[in-house]
Amino acid sequence: MNDAGARNARTKLNVEHLQAWYGNHLALKDVSLAIPERSVYAIIGPSGCGKSTFIRCLNRMHELLPGARTEGRLVIDGEDLMKVNPVQLRRRVGMVFQRPNPFPTMSIADNVLAGMKLNGVGVDDAEVRIEKALVQAALWDEVKDRLGASPMSLSGGQQQRLCIARALAVEPEVLLMDEPASALDPIATSRIEDLIHDLKQDYTIVIVTHNMQQAGRTSDFTAFFYLGELVEAGATAQIFESPREQRTEDYVTGKFG
Amino acid sequence: MGRRLSSRLVVNHLATALCGAMVLVALIPLLSLLWLVVSKGVGGLSLGFFIHRPVPVGEAGGGVGPAIVGTFTMVGMACVVALPIGVGTGVYLAEHGARPFARGVRFLAEVLSGVPSIVLGVVAYAMLVVPMKRFSALAGAVALSLVMIPPLARSTEEFVRLVPPSLREASLALGVPAWRTSLKVVLRTALGGIATAALLAVARGAGETAPLLFTALNNQYWSLRPDQPMASLTVQIYNYAISPYESWHEQAWSAALVLLLLVGLLNLGARLALRDRVGGRR
Repeated sequence: MNDAGARNARTKLNVEHLQAWYGNHLALKDVSLAIPERSVYAIIGPSGCGKSTFIRCLNRMHELLPGARTEGRLVIDGEDLMKVNPVQLRRRVGMVFQRPNPFPTMSIADNVLAGMKLNGVGVDDAEVRIEKALVQAALWDEVKDRLGASPMSLSGGQQQRLCIARALAVEPEVLLMDEPASALDPIATSRIEDLIHDLKQDYTIVIVTHNMQQAGRTSDFTAFFYLGELVEAGATAQIFESPREQRTEDYVTGKFG
Repeated sequence: MGRRLSSRLVVNHLATALCGAMVLVALIPLLSLLWLVVSKGVGGLSLGFFIHRPVPVGEAGGGVGPAIVGTFTMVGMACVVALPIGVGTGVYLAEHGARPFARGVRFLAEVLSGVPSIVLGVVAYAMLVVPMKRFSALAGAVALSLVMIPPLARSTEEFVRLVPPSLREASLALGVPAWRTSLKVVLRTALGGIATAALLAVARGAGETAPLLFTALNNQYWSLRPDQPMASLTVQIYNYAISPYESWHEQAWSAALVLLLLVGLLNLGARLALRDRVGGRR
């Protein structure tokens, strides 16, 4: 790794020999990856390569599907997350989904606090928390006058930033993003990308994307998945400019995918 | 090309016209029924009709006061039984619908929805009237709840299924346990729909005659006792309609109009609530 950031970074999340099944189908084959702290790690690869499965293993959402299971170790700050209660883990590893999914029955403000409210946890400094999360998600100026309104009155891009604020409000250490901009228009997409750039000051971010320009613009590191295998991982510049594997080169130059 | 297009247009217009004609045919009995009930019933409506109890033949006046109260009382009692069971069953079917047991329950609910309501009345008769040795409002309410539970369970299931799985995922990903997610996200999002289903079940229960005929029977007097026979609009309409007296026939029409208005208002309210609900989702 020749990237300046890569040398200094300490590993936040270490994935060791991760395997994931859907029933009898092995969807992820022995994946090991070290994700450095306060960086953006992009996961790329063609459809069905296991990139979404991979990210859903990191907060153990994968194993909720009927017949799905995982094996391997997920080490965060030296602690194996496969051994802790998944509910506890998900408070440390937040997730933003492909399509915005705010809770339609709650107000904008309550959506931000949903992680606490749904868990029956009282929030003393609600207003401070709401403002902080919405400022972090670059949504505060647009919604500060209508915090009591329904989230369904927001545009798709605003809804997605609300979902990011909701994930940030529980103060996770790692933020997973599963193609967070794929349902959005180009302007909303570029706002999300700017936001990702700002968020890596405080968070470790793993983002799945099928858009290679997006991976190039937003990430420090990139991992290329193909047919359930991790083909190559490293600094984003190296993956895009001088990949070691032929398959990686074919994919990033658009020969297949 | 041109010929084929024009023949398609002809077929298209024919099919549209045919469908329109069928709609008209379907509307004729519905509208004539409405017209008949309104035209024959509206003359007998007065304040007294709503608040007085029935009087013997030959006396002037008399009304359906006890019947209105009785219908509300028995439907209310039936709700106490039917709402928790129906909604609970619906939620179970939506959350665990693939299990063999759930499939059996769903099949039973569908079969029970199709059972003629008089059969459910016989069941309540055998269960309560025979051992208690008297007709009672309680037996009537139980019969009505048997009518209400199956459709309530099925429509609750449908409304819970309408909640997008992405909301459940969002909640789980925030570190909310599964049971809290079911309760606070899935059920809460489906609540408007479930309320609509409940209102429709109430409307259905209020309009039933057969389950009450030999359970609650009827009552000419004011009564709120659950262990005694109780009047209801539907049974009173039935009794008046089969009587040989012209004045009772007129009162039956008016009572039918009252029932139609009550059920119609309930349905209207339910549909308005549902429309607002769907509008809010958009």
